[in-house]
Amino acid sequence: MKRRKILSLLGLATVSGSLAIACSNGNNTNTSAAPPTNSGSSAKELVVYSGRNEKLIGPLIQQFEKETGVKVKVRYGDTAELAAALQEEGKNSPADLFFGQDAGALGAVQKAGLAAPLPASLLNQVDERFRSPAGNWVGISGRARTADYNTKLVKPADLPNSVFGFTDPKWKGKIGWAPTNGSFQSFVTALRVSQGEEKAKQWLAGIKANNVKTYGNNVQILDALSKGEIAVGFINHYYLEKSKQENPQIPVAHHYFNDVGSIINVAGIAILNSAKQPETAQKFVEFMLSQEGQEYFATKTFEYPLTKGVPTASKLKSLEEIKSPKVDLSDLNDLQGTLKLLEETGVL
Amino acid sequence: MLATVVAIAITLPLIYLVVRTLGASGEELVKFITRPRTLQVLFNSAALAAIVTTCSALIAVPLAWLTVRTDLPGRKFWLVATTLPLAVPSYVGSFTLIAAFGPRGSLLQMLLEPLGVQELPSIYGLPGTVLAMTLFTYPYLLLSVRSGLQGIDPSLEEAACCLGRSPRATFFQVVLPQLRPSLVAGGLLVALYALRDFGTPSLMQFDAFTRVIFLQYKTSFDRHAAAASALMLVGLIAVILWLEQKARSRAAYYSRGSAGGRCVKLAKLGAWKWLALGFCIALVGLSLVLPIGITIFWLIRGLTTSATFPNLLSAVMNSMGASTLAAVVATLFALPVAILAVRFPSRLTAIVERMTYIGFGLPGIAIALSLVFFGANYLPWLYQTLPMLIFAYLVLFLPQSVGTVRSSLLQVNPQLEESARLLGRNQWQILKEITLPLVRPGILSGIALIFLTAIKELPATLLLAPIGFETLATQIWQATENVSFAEAAAGSLAMLSVCFGSTLFLLLQERHQKVG
Repeated sequence: MKRRKILSLLGLATVSGSLAIACSNGNNTNTSAAPPTNSGSSAKELVVYSGRNEKLIGPLIQQFEKETGVKVKVRYGDTAELAAALQEEGKNSPADLFFGQDAGALGAVQKAGLAAPLPASLLNQVDERFRSPAGNWVGISGRARTADYNTKLVKPADLPNSVFGFTDPKWKGKIGWAPTNGSFQSFVTALRVSQGEEKAKQWLAGIKANNVKTYGNNVQILDALSKGEIAVGFINHYYLEKSKQENPQIPVAHHYFNDVGSIINVAGIAILNSAKQPETAQKFVEFMLSQEGQEYFATKTFEYPLTKGVPTASKLKSLEEIKSPKVDLSDLNDLQGTLKLLEETGVL
Repeated sequence: MLATVVAIAITLPLIYLVVRTLGASGEELVKFITRPRTLQVLFNSAALAAIVTTCSALIAVPLAWLTVRTDLPGRKFWLVATTLPLAVPSYVGSFTLIAAFGPRGSLLQMLLEPLGVQELPSIYGLPGTVLAMTLFTYPYLLLSVRSGLQGIDPSLEEAACCLGRSPRATFFQVVLPQLRPSLVAGGLLVALYALRDFGTPSLMQFDAFTRVIFLQYKTSFDRHAAAASALMLVGLIAVILWLEQKARSRAAYYSRGSAGGRCVKLAKLGAWKWLALGFCIALVGLSLVLPIGITIFWLIRGLTTSATFPNLLSAVMNSMGASTLAAVVATLFALPVAILAVRFPSRLTAIVERMTYIGFGLPGIAIALSLVFFGANYLPWLYQTLPMLIFAYLVLFLPQSVGTVRSSLLQVNPQLEESARLLGRNQWQILKEITLPLVRPGILSGIALIFLTAIKELPATLLLAPIGFETLATQIWQATENVSFAEAAAGSLAMLSVCFGSTLFLLLQERHQKVG
């Protein structure tokens, strides 16, 4: 009886103890994490929802904090899930900025009326292919779709100029793709938007008829390419660049198309209507588009800098030379139709 | 008071889903719902839940009996080892299974390559999904069946023996029927887990309903269709709950006399010993040794090439803190629900108890977004704080503890409480002095189950935790996004050790209970 009482008291003590810790924890995080209210608004603080990885942009954001004295709080997450969360939060969102991994998500946020118009001084720094025509988001860095090929198995002269060239039966058993990958789906959406449903369907069916090998993601495609399992793979350009860092001898090279096959997708930023610090938020975008920010993307993540006049990493074909068609990247948010098509053709 | 919070917790996601679904036009909805593919995938999920539950029961019942009631060599070791797979996150487990048995470039294929095997039969699809889910969720049933087995009054079996029943007949006619509530409670958790899990079906390329819901959020940014799909899943959950209700019976599962303190004679296995041992070894090998081994291999390979070992201390502390809090708080809220449902059965208490299961059967992202909606718009001062995250865990994982407490409570004879009342104790004293000590095993396993699932939770943690609050689950996710195997492996190993530690702790508590 007595022992039980002591035990239950002990239990109670632990529970209340942990609750107390929790509360103090909660309060700590509360005061620091909550959107700046009356006390916080004087200190400059930005809240960014980022679909880009901490490893990728964390160092750059620290640099911004150091140079401007603005504190940046970043919620890292999945681009699409963050876009959905922003739509749920609506005008009560604690976020000032949305840094999305692809244009489709930025388009969805824009179409939900959540993104504020950006000043022309920011928009004009970037080629109009890579920003929202309505002016509500701007691309920060770009990635090209390419057909990477194994240099021991394929001669560059044999590679087609159009992505449709790969539906030729001579490529049977030699191609790889990753149809569950977001960038691949964006490419198919661009194919539909620029060429029409019927041609997109033909392309998918044609590649499938060539016994294309299916992989889970871009990294696996590159791995298969280097081993010679496949001769050609549809992929984003920067995977090869990254892999060359560790293995400069890798027998793989880029091939660019003259059509939608080399569509350039972007990661970009929107300032939200809910932003408590719109001016500071603009400073953040400005920093990302500055020489310093853009060079970071060119040299650290091997992406294309989008600000005019900032040079691309030396070995890459420049953006001006890639003849991708004019597609409103905001329209790439129609993935529903793409999924339907992928299901119909039996690709997914 | 507590019951009110529970009721709010349950209804919020449902209200949200209905609101979102109504946002879509009726015509579109009908078209979407009656689409053959939607129905096909819904059927896939239902079949998956049924098969995984059956397979888990086929593993858990013999295993519980072997580890509790027989002279299996190393019985205590197997008792612990067969529970530990609960600690393996299913996405880590599935990934390692693919690495071991995938059609090409897997461990097994490389071993068989000298024999001319170029490609193994595909693990992808239903077989792999069932294999992975069964291997990492059967412990739900095992825990529940085992505590049921320990709670059975041995005099029942002795009576059966005296009446000339063979041990086998005793098992099937006396023991198994007594285990029914535990089987049903554990089976329900397994079935709902099979419905809600996203990691395994997506890695194993199986078209489950959660995958459809995730694809809708991820690719079409269509919240209305996603909410409609989630509501369809709620319908399926309701059917499962209804089946479970029918499987429960009104029979009494407590004993009239005092059950405690008597030892059960262990059954002699004889030559069957080797078969039983083989079963245990194969099971633990697949569900425990394999994932740990492959994770360690990745870590070593990563560390030798380039990566450095990441600093996980703050992630470990955050994970443990948040999960412990969630476990304690949710169990606190589960108690009144379970007690009301068992001691004061009425339509209302039954509905509240049943409804708690809905949160557990829905994919995390649907629950997370519903709380984002309510939090940001109605409770901005609470939004994205630790209490909010704990509340999300509560909504998601409450039924695990409701279930275990309920099964424990069913084995407590209400006459004990009535006698206490006759002896002049008030309600509170009875609860404190009689009921709570007797349902302690249920409370403890509830706490442990919630801890183990909360620590693995990802979508709600990403959206609702305070900014910068990194947990092991988010760390592993970031590492996989970066395609950094070594860091993902380091995070997984840290998570495995935390989970193993807490599972061991739970088992030790169980032991104390038996001695005390």
